[in-house]
Amino acid sequence: MTPERRRIVITGVGAVSPLGIGAQALIERWAAGECGIEDGLGRADQFEPTEFLSKKEARRMDRFAQMAVASAQEAIGQSFGDGGELPYEAHRVGCVVGTGIGGLSSLEDQQRKLIESGPKAVSPLAVPLMMGNAASAAVAMRHGLHGHAYGVVSACAAGAHAIGDAARLIRAGDADAVVTGGAEAAITGVATAAFSAMEATSASGISRPFDARRDGFVIGEGAGVLVLEEAEAAAARGAQVLGEVLGYGATCDGYHLTAPQPEGTEAARAITLALADAGLSAVDVDYVNAHGTSTPLNDRSETVALKAALGERAADVPVSSTKSAIGHLLGAAGAVEAIATVEALRRRLAPPTIGWEEAEEGLDLDYVPGTAKPIENGDGPLVAVSDSFGFGGHNAVLCLSA
Amino acid sequence: MATDVSTEQVEKTIFDGLVELGTERDQLSREATLEDLDVDSLDLVELAQIVEDEYGVELRGDDVKDVKTVGEVIDLVVAKAG
Repeated sequence: MTPERRRIVITGVGAVSPLGIGAQALIERWAAGECGIEDGLGRADQFEPTEFLSKKEARRMDRFAQMAVASAQEAIGQSFGDGGELPYEAHRVGCVVGTGIGGLSSLEDQQRKLIESGPKAVSPLAVPLMMGNAASAAVAMRHGLHGHAYGVVSACAAGAHAIGDAARLIRAGDADAVVTGGAEAAITGVATAAFSAMEATSASGISRPFDARRDGFVIGEGAGVLVLEEAEAAAARGAQVLGEVLGYGATCDGYHLTAPQPEGTEAARAITLALADAGLSAVDVDYVNAHGTSTPLNDRSETVALKAALGERAADVPVSSTKSAIGHLLGAAGAVEAIATVEALRRRLAPPTIGWEEAEEGLDLDYVPGTAKPIENGDGPLVAVSDSFGFGGHNAVLCLSA
Repeated sequence: MATDVSTEQVEKTIFDGLVELGTERDQLSREATLEDLDVDSLDLVELAQIVEDEYGVELRGDDVKDVKTVGEVIDLVVAKAG
């Protein structure tokens, strides 16, 4: 007899994004068609670290970790309450937080000090500020989480990989709950120059995924954190269930340093694997939250991959990109978008791909132009696929329901 | 330069430094313990950088490992600078 598989529910969400502080600001403003991009950048300019951290805590964290801590505070508060008590033994609660780059602005600051004033000027905080696991460490330390805790690094797929791995930890019985997500604060001199040099970022400063005029992504910053729990344990403690992580699929193109494989073969496989992991098939998908970066290559290969994975269903399912509202949050993108996906399903609404106006040959899915549209499929839970693809060819896909 | 260092000067440097590192100014006194102020080993290394910049005095981990109060840090710097 096959043992009953452990199910994973989402009981708390928190976000910092260019649309403001909180998961509700993210979904409500995106669903209303509002865009948080200004002057070609998706800055989380409403984020004020000292609203969440003491001065001492704030100066011991890079911005990416600060935003992770703020998001975790919201998610953990929603799930476990604000009292600071964990509903599980602390060593049964993990913390897996992804990032594309880590504390890049801290690294740049310290490099400047090294060059200008020599090695003695480099701060003893430099390493803990810039390390890629800093967000996971900061969240675990603040909330006393003693289970599996680490960073996940897979460029723009890191947030989705983190959530998928967190679900796996629970499914394997290694944790009862995992605080998970992604964080990125890479609007820095080196990162913006480097993305621009490879012509990955938009020269026009406009994020319009799947539109014929798209010319690259708009770099954004922020964080998204979710609390995942084993379903029976969550039910036993009377937790509010926001949604469920039904499945996870991950593959690698093994093709090119930065360009996606044009046929989207491995991206499609990741989608298929996520659905199979959920025990579902293409016809069950009600909504796709696309990776949809607004780069010429991604949006084309992703469309091809969706058609390959979903078959005839691809033509009927709404496909929209959160990046049209907030830009590309890199290692935070998959986490912020998973939150947006669950909250969209809860509202039974497909938010729009803002700015989409001009079709391109072959890019002919329903990208939800203009305004949000209702997802119509009875009254039961809805199912979505959330894609995340990263430089290096990393593909991570989540199958979510709410 | 070193011979002109006064206790008052060093006290100001240390107090300002600790505030810069996140300590509340109204909690500061010579008698306050580093433990009560939540000043840890990383803070002491940063404080040592400030002191070295200001007075050219090098404080290593071993120098401060037995120091308990803010006053003892000040006296140590004054003694080393003198």
